[in-house]
Amino acid sequence: MTFELFIFYVFSAVTLFSAVGVVTARNPVYAALFLILAFFTSAATWVLLEAEFLGVVLVLVYVGAVMVLFLFVIMMLDINIDTLKEGFTRYMPIGILVAVAVAAEMILVMKSKTFDRPIPEAAPLDSSNTEAIGEILYTEYVYPFEIAAVILVVAIIAAIALTLRRREGVKKQDQGAQIRTRKEDRLRIVKMKTEAKQGER
Amino acid sequence: MDTLTTFLNSFLPEGLATLIVILLKIIAILLPLILAVAYTTFAERKVIGYMQARMGPNRVGPKGWLQPIADTVKLMFKEIITPTNSSKVVFFIAPMLALAPALAVWSVIPFWDGGVLANVNAGLLLILAINSLDVFGIILAGWASNSKYAILSSLRVGAQVVSYEIAMGFALVGVLMVSGSLNLTEIVRAQSGGLFGWNVWPLFGLFVVFFISGVAETNRAPFDVAEGESEIVAGFHVEYSGMAFALFFLAEYASMILISTLTALLFFGGWLSPFGTAMDDIPVLGFLMGDGFHWLLLKAMFFLFCYLWFRATFPRYRYDQIMRLGWKILIPVTLVWIFGEGIAIALGWQPWL
Repeated sequence: MTFELFIFYVFSAVTLFSAVGVVTARNPVYAALFLILAFFTSAATWVLLEAEFLGVVLVLVYVGAVMVLFLFVIMMLDINIDTLKEGFTRYMPIGILVAVAVAAEMILVMKSKTFDRPIPEAAPLDSSNTEAIGEILYTEYVYPFEIAAVILVVAIIAAIALTLRRREGVKKQDQGAQIRTRKEDRLRIVKMKTEAKQGER
Repeated sequence: MDTLTTFLNSFLPEGLATLIVILLKIIAILLPLILAVAYTTFAERKVIGYMQARMGPNRVGPKGWLQPIADTVKLMFKEIITPTNSSKVVFFIAPMLALAPALAVWSVIPFWDGGVLANVNAGLLLILAINSLDVFGIILAGWASNSKYAILSSLRVGAQVVSYEIAMGFALVGVLMVSGSLNLTEIVRAQSGGLFGWNVWPLFGLFVVFFISGVAETNRAPFDVAEGESEIVAGFHVEYSGMAFALFFLAEYASMILISTLTALLFFGGWLSPFGTAMDDIPVLGFLMGDGFHWLLLKAMFFLFCYLWFRATFPRYRYDQIMRLGWKILIPVTLVWIFGEGIAIALGWQPWL
């Protein structure tokens, strides 16, 4: 067993362990943390496969941004574990059935002829796959890439439009107006004569 | 280093020798870093002291030089208190999660030409990715503390760091557009040619955005709403004491040094001398004025000083103003700048080539 293989097995074991942890952890925050660990170790596996761009982006996007927001939501929600676990035994047979079906389908697909092709030759070690991916993404696949970006923007705008509500009569700060104010709007200098001290004059 | 590797290889199995050399390199990076952190805290108190016309710490050791050592010893001997009804595991993992990324990033930072632990192709991306893990330490600390102040602070930090990361990422996009590489050594090499070869001139706007968002990323004044004393006591680390608190402290200062070093590397030519190769032939002066680690150190120290300067100068931002600055000012500035840069590169204009 080479050292590389050893590292691969370590990362795979941690990935599997944390993936199981995601479903079995009692506390939803722990489940989210296991998910982060799973993401991180799969990123490490990608780096091991010399796909460093994908690995780094996985960490950057999913761990660094998506999971932060995810943790936020979970931390703010008051999740009652008892009600979540309710009816676990009742639904278990159906769950097992679905799991077996999915596993069988996956095995059938992976064993099919479409996937039965020789493993492509790995690119030389000194080639930058960031550059390679960028080149393909912005030339051959530029339209699908841009369309995906536009769809995401539409989704963001839709989500904001659905949740945004303007309430009347709320004393909300208007930063633009606050910054635009000049001294003259707020300050009035009154000239007055000095008053004499008591006892003088 | 090579002689050491060959010497170790003569009697050790091959993998082990490499491992030992890597470990030695890590120690050679981390030990000075931790010392630098300790003395940054001292410098901060001294600098702010003088800016406020007072002496700063001057009792422990000559001129107060042993103050950071005394602080460390004190923190180490303090009891670590865990809040009741808190999640103990997460409570103790959180400071480690804050510190580990802040130290791990240094693996791809080049200190001089070739003086780098791991010369990674996608170094800049790796830094961005590992830096984005910093926030988990703070968020989890806030959650595990079982305290309202702590969780409020962690919510603030989370939103702030995620927002400023975008501006920072865009600023880095500008840098990689001019240098055509994600490798930090290559980025510095692309800036050769003396003072006017540095990236800061064609990318001045991006430099400003990068440094501002760097200050915001590290939760330092004036963006330190995470610790807004007047509102939420000490923020996410109210419940931490002793060494657990010290780890947060260490992480914060290590990130500060990192951002300063990165600014020097990306925009100010890193280890390159501002005089270029003009003075290389003069005997002693040539060594000092030529390229070398001391230039990087000098530049990084200047930006570190700026951190302290900001803290002594600016009042704290209001939270909604921080968000406005990040989303409505810094991000549009970077977008416009990158657009202009793209046009310049496409047309082949000189400074952007």
